[in-house]
Amino acid sequence: MPIDILMPALSPTMEEGTLSKWLKNEGDAVKSGDVIAEIETDKATMEVEAVDEGVIGKLLVAAGTENVKVNTKIAVLLEEGESADSISADAPKADADTPAATSDAAGGKAREASEETPAAAKVPAQPKLEVAADPDIPAGTEMVMTTVREALRDAMAEEMRRDGDVFVMGEEVAEYQGAYKITQGLLQEFGDRRVIDTPITEHGFAGVGVGAAMAGLKPIVEFMTFNFAMQAIDQIINSAAKTLYMSGGQMGAPIVFRGPNGAAARVGAQHSQDYASWYSQIPGLKVVMPYTAADAKGLLKAAIRDPNPVVFLENEILYGQSFEVPKMDDFVLPIGKARIHRKGKDVTVVSFGIGMTYATKAVAELEKEGIDVELIDLRTLRPMDLPTVIESVKKTGRLVTVEEGYPQNSVGTEIATRVMQQAFDYLDAPILTIAGKDVPMPYAANLEKLALPTVDEVVQAVKTVCYK
Amino acid sequence: MAPAKTASTSGRRSAAKSANKSVSKSAPKEFTGKNTPDFGKDDELHAYREMLLIRRFEEKAGQLYGMGFIGGFCHLYIGQEAVVVGMQMAQKEGDQVITAYRDHGHMLAAGMSPRGVMAELTGRQGGLSKGKGGSMHMFSKEKHFYGGHGIVGAQVSLGTGLAFANSYRGNDSVSVAYFGDGAANQGQVYESFNMAALWKLPIIYIVENNRYAMGTSTARATAQANYSMRGVGFGIPGVQVDGMDVRAVRAAAEEALEHCRSGKGPIILEMLTYRYRGHSMSDPAKYRSKEEVQKIRSEQDPIEQVRQRILDGGWATEDDLKAIDKDIRDIVSDSADFAQNDPEPDASELYTDILL
Repeated sequence: MPIDILMPALSPTMEEGTLSKWLKNEGDAVKSGDVIAEIETDKATMEVEAVDEGVIGKLLVAAGTENVKVNTKIAVLLEEGESADSISADAPKADADTPAATSDAAGGKAREASEETPAAAKVPAQPKLEVAADPDIPAGTEMVMTTVREALRDAMAEEMRRDGDVFVMGEEVAEYQGAYKITQGLLQEFGDRRVIDTPITEHGFAGVGVGAAMAGLKPIVEFMTFNFAMQAIDQIINSAAKTLYMSGGQMGAPIVFRGPNGAAARVGAQHSQDYASWYSQIPGLKVVMPYTAADAKGLLKAAIRDPNPVVFLENEILYGQSFEVPKMDDFVLPIGKARIHRKGKDVTVVSFGIGMTYATKAVAELEKEGIDVELIDLRTLRPMDLPTVIESVKKTGRLVTVEEGYPQNSVGTEIATRVMQQAFDYLDAPILTIAGKDVPMPYAANLEKLALPTVDEVVQAVKTVCYK
Repeated sequence: MAPAKTASTSGRRSAAKSANKSVSKSAPKEFTGKNTPDFGKDDELHAYREMLLIRRFEEKAGQLYGMGFIGGFCHLYIGQEAVVVGMQMAQKEGDQVITAYRDHGHMLAAGMSPRGVMAELTGRQGGLSKGKGGSMHMFSKEKHFYGGHGIVGAQVSLGTGLAFANSYRGNDSVSVAYFGDGAANQGQVYESFNMAALWKLPIIYIVENNRYAMGTSTARATAQANYSMRGVGFGIPGVQVDGMDVRAVRAAAEEALEHCRSGKGPIILEMLTYRYRGHSMSDPAKYRSKEEVQKIRSEQDPIEQVRQRILDGGWATEDDLKAIDKDIRDIVSDSADFAQNDPEPDASELYTDILL
């Protein structure tokens, strides 16, 4: 039997990549371990090694092909005595077998990530929501499709060009170009004085960053993930957030703590926690959690300029997603201001960060059923733009919140409490809060999917509050 | 109190000071911690005055605590005065200081106002943090004092960050980070040592070894009780210093500062010292004998040592010293009066200074 060589996944969240180069030709003999091809994603370039011994029978995907989905058959390896004639011709259609395409349409990680590949056969394309214009972007501004990853990098680079006191430190931020390639190219432009690789020392380097900020520098501290920042949370809260108050206003810490937060895909309980509600409880911090690339860029620039400590919660699954970003010399968004993602009149949905991926899909489905949702992207969790939420609720009388974090003491329950206190008379239904399940994140694919919110849960919740 | 390797306090005069002046031209010397003190009349009188201010101030703070004017935690520095005074005598403008919660002495030595410190202890609006910080949390940008931290060991990483800022800016300031023998067992201390050594940051790590981490003696809490050796694994030199002798402290400080300023990276000074009072005001100190405390007070008191040398050297008479004492008492009384009469912060201050 000929052996199929499949497009490999380079990371838990990779869905597709570019087959940049073949290093073997048809007819070449290969041994296991031989490098046969190079593949590339926006994050990394990797070599594909042969796992079996044989002769390359056929190369099914040409070098230079982009958007090759994981698990697509890219070549066929012949064992001794086999001939290339035995290879069936149906191979290139393999993309329908990708895990992304076969994943539960109800939601889950694989589906979220598939937003990068709207053409995927069985997955409905990213809904064409009529996105409301951001009043902070001048009308007529040219928009450029940009990934969240590039937007974050551009924000840092622009601010580092602007202010010599801004520097970035963290694990693998310099020579490795960022564990998730967010700091790509910064070392080359700014040198190792301002782009600093640290040892694996979260508690220590968070403290070093805060100390440098107290001395007047403006550090950007990257955590490889916020899960690791739990080791550093004392410095973030006790040193960074509280010093201004404890010093009677004399000394603060102009610092940004940033990195991916929340669940990625299949990385288990210790690498999958959402800290939105943890940090957003702390006076003295600002907490930003963007969804779109434009917000990521505009708000990160604002965070770097902010004289206060800012916790900037990103998401690994969003890094590769593209959004329109205004082409402006200096695009800075106000921290603490929600954005109405879609205007509507029947019901208010409030979400932020990765939660918006569930919300946008749910809103599109609900639209088909005639429910007109007003979708608010909070963008900043602290200070929270509650007035925008209240205004919307006064109009719709109904509210659903969506987030990935744990349900107890969640951002959603906080919003529900405050809306209940400040807009009780306007409510026509109990507020429903959609969150992750009250369990550590499981590894098994099916359980992980169950642990996260789903688009269907959001749809059902909206229908419930609309009594439909 | 009799370590094998203690910075010498013999009366030998040497070229310590003149060597300092020429150091920028010649190759920097190796750190030995055995710089010979060059401590004259003016130094002795200055040290006497500074240490006495801390002693009297702390005694008064203890009284005010007993009277209910000071609340919460109050950690007194009595017995350890020579450490901070000796260090401060060697530092220059721009060198930063950061410490933990036993911080009143550090602030007074840094030149922060006794009224401001005392009024902070009583939680009044004229306190250095407007009454919002308390005993453990005061800061002064002007005096380069970066707190005042209540989490054991956190100030070590923060102090390393101050040194990072010096290095980033390319100035020649040195960060002086104090911590106790208790904090020396915290993980982030070693994370900081590693980065400071890796990046050759200008920082002096000062372990104020007063023998007890709250109620736990060093013997019961630490596998390597010679804290000066705690940097060995990182290539950070260290030395034990007689922290009860202000001359030895200043001499070690001069050498350590020179080491840092010459770009050789961090250094550790273990100050062998002793606190006379409990860990905090609420600590009855049952973990040690009265005799132990009494022995050190009578044989090694840092202020008494200076006083004796001043009298022996004929640099001042008993009457001169009494005049200094009175002057200090007046300053301390004034600070206490201020701290008791100054109003509490306005209620509106509750919501200020949270964000800029």
